Amino acid sequence: MLAQHLPALQVVIPLLAAPLCALFRRGFIGWLIAVAANWLAFAASIGLLIRVLNEGVISYAMGGWAPPIGIEYRVDLINVFVLLVVSGVGAVIIPFARTGTAARFNDTDQAWFYTMYLLALTGLLGVTITGDAFNIFVFLEISSLASYVMIAMGRDRRALTAAYQYLIMGTVGATFIVIGIGLLWAMTGTLNLADLAQRIPEINDTRPVLAALAFLTVGISLKLALFPLHLWLPNAYAYAPAVTSAFLAGTATKVAIYLFLRFFYTVFGGGGFFSSTPLPEMFLVLSIVAMFAASTVALFQDDVKRMFAYSSVAQIGFITLGISFVTEAGLTAAMTHLFNHAIMKAGIFMLLGGVMFRLASVKLEDMAGIGRKMPFTMGGIVILGLGLIGTPGTSGFISKWWIVLAALEKDQWWLVALILVASLITMLYVGRIVEVAYFREPSAKAASVREAPLAMLIPAYVLVAATIYFGLDTNWSVGLAQQAAADLLAGLY
Amino acid sequence: MTEILADLNYWVTIFLLMGGLYIIVAHGNMVKKLVGLSIFQTSVYLLFISPGKVLGGTAPIIAPGFELYSNPLPHVLILTAIVVGVATIALGLALVVRIHEAYGTIEDDEVQEMEAD
Repeated sequence: MLAQHLPALQVVIPLLAAPLCALFRRGFIGWLIAVAANWLAFAASIGLLIRVLNEGVISYAMGGWAPPIGIEYRVDLINVFVLLVVSGVGAVIIPFARTGTAARFNDTDQAWFYTMYLLALTGLLGVTITGDAFNIFVFLEISSLASYVMIAMGRDRRALTAAYQYLIMGTVGATFIVIGIGLLWAMTGTLNLADLAQRIPEINDTRPVLAALAFLTVGISLKLALFPLHLWLPNAYAYAPAVTSAFLAGTATKVAIYLFLRFFYTVFGGGGFFSSTPLPEMFLVLSIVAMFAASTVALFQDDVKRMFAYSSVAQIGFITLGISFVTEAGLTAAMTHLFNHAIMKAGIFMLLGGVMFRLASVKLEDMAGIGRKMPFTMGGIVILGLGLIGTPGTSGFISKWWIVLAALEKDQWWLVALILVASLITMLYVGRIVEVAYFREPSAKAASVREAPLAMLIPAYVLVAATIYFGLDTNWSVGLAQQAAADLLAGLY
Repeated sequence: MTEILADLNYWVTIFLLMGGLYIIVAHGNMVKKLVGLSIFQTSVYLLFISPGKVLGGTAPIIAPGFELYSNPLPHVLILTAIVVGVATIALGLALVVRIHEAYGTIEDDEVQEMEAD
């Protein structure tokens, strides 16, 4: 009975919990509600995964209205994978949120913060699970509006301008997406993704459909921060509260990547159509530029949070590089890295939140000598940093391995060289932090700090452990990604 | 001429779309940027509503004597989109108020100058 309604519960639980937080107006109660709702959502994702593995694609008629007229929630391997990433990363971050949030905000603001967090979670889960094109837009805006507020709550005043900038660019992106959806609807008369997937391939050379493709490409690329549409991202991640940075880095861009895959592979008809357009070449070039330009900019940042924000743009380049191959290995690499990067980057931003909590700064100069003062925090950052580089034994290695495999499969030796050089730049900026944190005399600020509180360290170390675990056992990450990639290429839904 | 008139709605859509986008890019004043954003979003409402109109069709309320109805779906969608648009502009304006409190200005270039040092 309950299992029947899992697709609806996935979204409804956090959606109903959000106003509850706002009603109670108590930080602690709000936090408890958020933890409960997020963990239940994670449980729902796991339940959905089990159901999808057992019985295949789940189609759920929202409110009992049969699709394609009613809104359909459709769960297959591809989106259940993303649902797991989103709710799972959230489930680890939310226990961490209490310490930092309670220290900074009054009771009412804390409650609002958790409300926004739950709304962002609702939106992201909704975008992922829904099988209705317009529903995607609505959920996308729910999550975006909530994340603008979450960014604006950062302690630096630059958080406000970062949120404003993201609001402008995010809304332009979402509006482009809705224009694309509108054109598709005008051509086919349906908004149901599965229906669209049947009708679009017959008319995918007509001008309105190609225009829709163009609008969707730009809109979704803005949301996933593909170079050069990434300009909103660095400031937003750098000045937002730690919880926001960790959550958005782990989930928001990943959901946008899912949307991209869903539209280009499922709706427009599998890998065949995608490779018949100039898009793969475009994405190949942009991904490589992202890998190099963003990594190089990261190298010269003095604010460590900003450094890792630029690193996110570079890592998204690795994911889109995998997508641009249009092969099973390439898509597997993209999906695997989507999973691994979510874990690693969320973990890094959480640990940096610990540094911020004790040191009140994440400037590189202030972090001098901090390795001895906060051994666990910095140790965690080093391990996750090694993951970003792609050191064997971490999950980052698995992603890089698959990307290299995909490049080799296409006989692109020069690409393999480029991937290795880009990883080398990653090593340089992670190395810069290690050098400052471990081999310099403690700065005046760092001399008096202690280790971050356990309530922050333990959740972050769950992700550190996951990074190592998924570097050794790839049954779940790569195994699921591989099946999902095969489904994507075939355009199955 | 008649061809242009036949597609008048779409021409207006493109005009609003481009005009809105231009204001967002060209103006440094943060409130004006939001006005541009609002115009930009409005163009989409027109884009959705236009193909829903059936020539000679009436409002989709079943009544004797009427056979031809316009498509009601876009109206429902756009009602939602309008709500989203209002929320976006409201949040944007709230942020501008906070930016004004923090920086004492809402000009993009002046804020950027203050952030640089």
